[in-house]
Amino acid sequence: MSKTVKLRKGLDIRLLGVANKIKTVAALPETIAIKPTDFHGMVPKMVAKEGDHVRMGDVIFHDKYNEKIKYASPASGTVQSVVRGAKRKIMAVVIKLDAEQNFEGGTPIDVSSMSGDQVKEKLLASGLWPFIKQRPIDIVANPDNEPKAIFISAFDSSPLAPDYDYVLHGRSKEFQAGLDALTKLTSGKVHVTLNDNAPADETFTGAQGVEINKIRGKHPAGNVGTQIHHFDPINKGEFVWVVNAQDVAIIGRYFLTGVYNLKRKIAITGSELKDPHYVDTIIGANVSVILDGQITTDNVRIISGNVLTGEKIENDGYLGFYDNQITVIPEGDELKFVMTKGWMSPGLDKFSNNRLLLSAWFGGNKRYRMDTNTNGEERAFVITGELEKVFPFDILPMQLTKAAITDDIDGMENLGIYEVAPEDFALCEYVCTSKINIQDKIRQGLDLIHKECM
Amino acid sequence: MEPKFAKGGKLEKWNPVFESFSTLAFTPAEVTKKGAHIRDGVDLKRTMMTVIIALVPCLLFGIYNTGHWEMVAQYGNRDLPFWDHQWDKIWEGLKVVLPLVVVSYGVGLTIEFIFGIIKGHSLHEGFLVSGLLIPLIMPADVPLWMVGVATAFAVIIGKEIFGGTGMNILNVALTARAFLFFGYPTSMSGDKVWMNTLGDRLANGAENLDGFSGATALGDLATFMTDQATVAGQVITDKAAVMTAYTNNYSLMDSIIGNIPGSIGETSMIACLIGALVLIATGVGSFRIMASFFAGGYIMGILLNALGGNAYLDLPAHFHLAIGGFAFGAVFMATDPVTAAQTATGKIIYGLLGGMIAIMIRVLNPAYPEGVMLAILFMNVMAPIIDHYVVQANIKRRLKRLKTA
Repeated sequence: MSKTVKLRKGLDIRLLGVANKIKTVAALPETIAIKPTDFHGMVPKMVAKEGDHVRMGDVIFHDKYNEKIKYASPASGTVQSVVRGAKRKIMAVVIKLDAEQNFEGGTPIDVSSMSGDQVKEKLLASGLWPFIKQRPIDIVANPDNEPKAIFISAFDSSPLAPDYDYVLHGRSKEFQAGLDALTKLTSGKVHVTLNDNAPADETFTGAQGVEINKIRGKHPAGNVGTQIHHFDPINKGEFVWVVNAQDVAIIGRYFLTGVYNLKRKIAITGSELKDPHYVDTIIGANVSVILDGQITTDNVRIISGNVLTGEKIENDGYLGFYDNQITVIPEGDELKFVMTKGWMSPGLDKFSNNRLLLSAWFGGNKRYRMDTNTNGEERAFVITGELEKVFPFDILPMQLTKAAITDDIDGMENLGIYEVAPEDFALCEYVCTSKINIQDKIRQGLDLIHKECM
Repeated sequence: MEPKFAKGGKLEKWNPVFESFSTLAFTPAEVTKKGAHIRDGVDLKRTMMTVIIALVPCLLFGIYNTGHWEMVAQYGNRDLPFWDHQWDKIWEGLKVVLPLVVVSYGVGLTIEFIFGIIKGHSLHEGFLVSGLLIPLIMPADVPLWMVGVATAFAVIIGKEIFGGTGMNILNVALTARAFLFFGYPTSMSGDKVWMNTLGDRLANGAENLDGFSGATALGDLATFMTDQATVAGQVITDKAAVMTAYTNNYSLMDSIIGNIPGSIGETSMIACLIGALVLIATGVGSFRIMASFFAGGYIMGILLNALGGNAYLDLPAHFHLAIGGFAFGAVFMATDPVTAAQTATGKIIYGLLGGMIAIMIRVLNPAYPEGVMLAILFMNVMAPIIDHYVVQANIKRRLKRLKTA
């Protein structure tokens, strides 16, 4: 039974720099990197060593505590360096690509005749498994758990997000093959949630063997966490797996061709780009090739992902494993004089969810160039009710955040920590007048729950 | 200049003070490090400034009204036209109100800075509003030293020992008022506190002061409990006559406009409602609390009317909303986000009960002519309990889902 949910809460942050629906193909970069930090909580155990030659799909490292989960090289090349951070934590494995790359020549794998366990084995062995994440905790799924459902969001509602209808247009075969594989993994349903605000591409509307629901509203309507909460909420002890829509197509492509091919279409967005558009590239690509000649100002922040949940990277940083977009916005590391740009300014040039700035009254539907300034200093929670306005869950966001801050395990369990991921709190963090890093607090809470209760 | 205040610098200890002033002038160059890369354009300074803007109508009207009653007392003429001698009245009002504001901010901010230096954090903005609220809920003739002592008490005991802005249980401004109310009752209510020169003139045997008590509307109302009033030297006991005598002094229109004696900022319902409009339009003040607070007061008024008995109980419910500090309390005090209930449902219950209790105390307890302050302080204490039950309801919904699943 298909359902439609309407959300009243939420917020669309109107940023400048939406990607035009023009596609270019980026040349393969010289280096790519797999960043263990993309997989929260995972401790990598290196398999390949520095200087080793690896082929596309060869294992680079696996999860130290679950050797079945393997992380593979997206292309052939030589392991150039293992970048380590504090306490010798592995931050990235950089691979220098061979001049010749071959993404052809596999044998198709017939999913329909396979059992769930066989599909699971295939995904684990191929290195595609990390695309499947689990709720609660929001980490790479543990293959030993039985998910009660698998959720796929057919759209991304975050600021400047890529349009999946455009990205996956004409790839219904791959998408369907991915869905076929995923349906084998659960005894429950696979949910594909469409955007009710706009007609969806036939890739999604034509999906077979899955439950199609619709959701209407502002961001975070496209967050899979919101959708799970409204269609099949998670209770303690239950697991739901989630896969990004484009990653479903990547999984499908693997079964259709037999080749481990991590090519992906991403959007390059943001106010500091000459020409925001879509690019065909590969996961882990060095972004310097993609952004070459695109950045218009000097002092910018490059984000792999969107402005709410993405990760800051350098000019020659690498595209994150799960990211479908790169955002470039100005850094805000300059003083702002109180009357013109600071707290007493009219605020016509600032976007806000509150009605305290004139932009809320006279700004219309204008899009804004926002920088990374915090626009104020961190304070204790003072204002109440503002987080609730952007949090479309039957969960009390402030109370849950406080429980997370105080390491109150019972409180977190009672208040619904199992249903949320840090990204669900991204908007809360954005609107917080007291500038508290709520996503980080929720992540710490989830880590504690993971350690103590699971 | 900055390096001197930085860590290891000569004036390191004073860094919180330096930081407070520098952040007043410039929003710092701080950028996001974790989580969301962009943040809303609003910070706590902006929020607090909006509350101060909302308070401006009350402040301006308070200055004028105070000046008016000062002049009334000087001339000994209750019928002095309200809108005459505007400049004199503004001057007289400023002479009273400005020192109060200066003392309140001076004492409060000094203490905040001392705590800031001890704890090593810059000034948190909460007191910017409290510092203006305190003079507005003081009687015009309160001695300045009392305001200083009360402010110090409120900031230290009411706020800082709990951890500062955002951590306090009781509304800071009301704590200051409650401190004076119980510590120096004769200076806070009664007949003599509203016009300082009046007491002297009476003592000197001034004439032509018949029918002129110098009390507030609420003070006069409280004497209704005995079912009598003194009009032109004659004691009247008839209920209807008492009512007429009262409305002669304080018509509903006077109470709404606010040209009656009372605490500096509270008298004008119109000024309060302008403030309410600002707070609601900008989303800073909770509409839920304001509306339910007024509703609670009105419901209680009607209940008391139904009960009946004496002139005070029979006072029409809408009078209650206009007189005393009810509107001011509902708009500026009850909505303090730190001390009010924090959940959406909780806010409605909190406001409703607060309004009801305010009128209940006002009418049924002759010792306290004004119940708003006590009602809000009481609800401040009760707010966590209200929230607790709202949160429990949320938890139960989740557990129920687990059972049916």
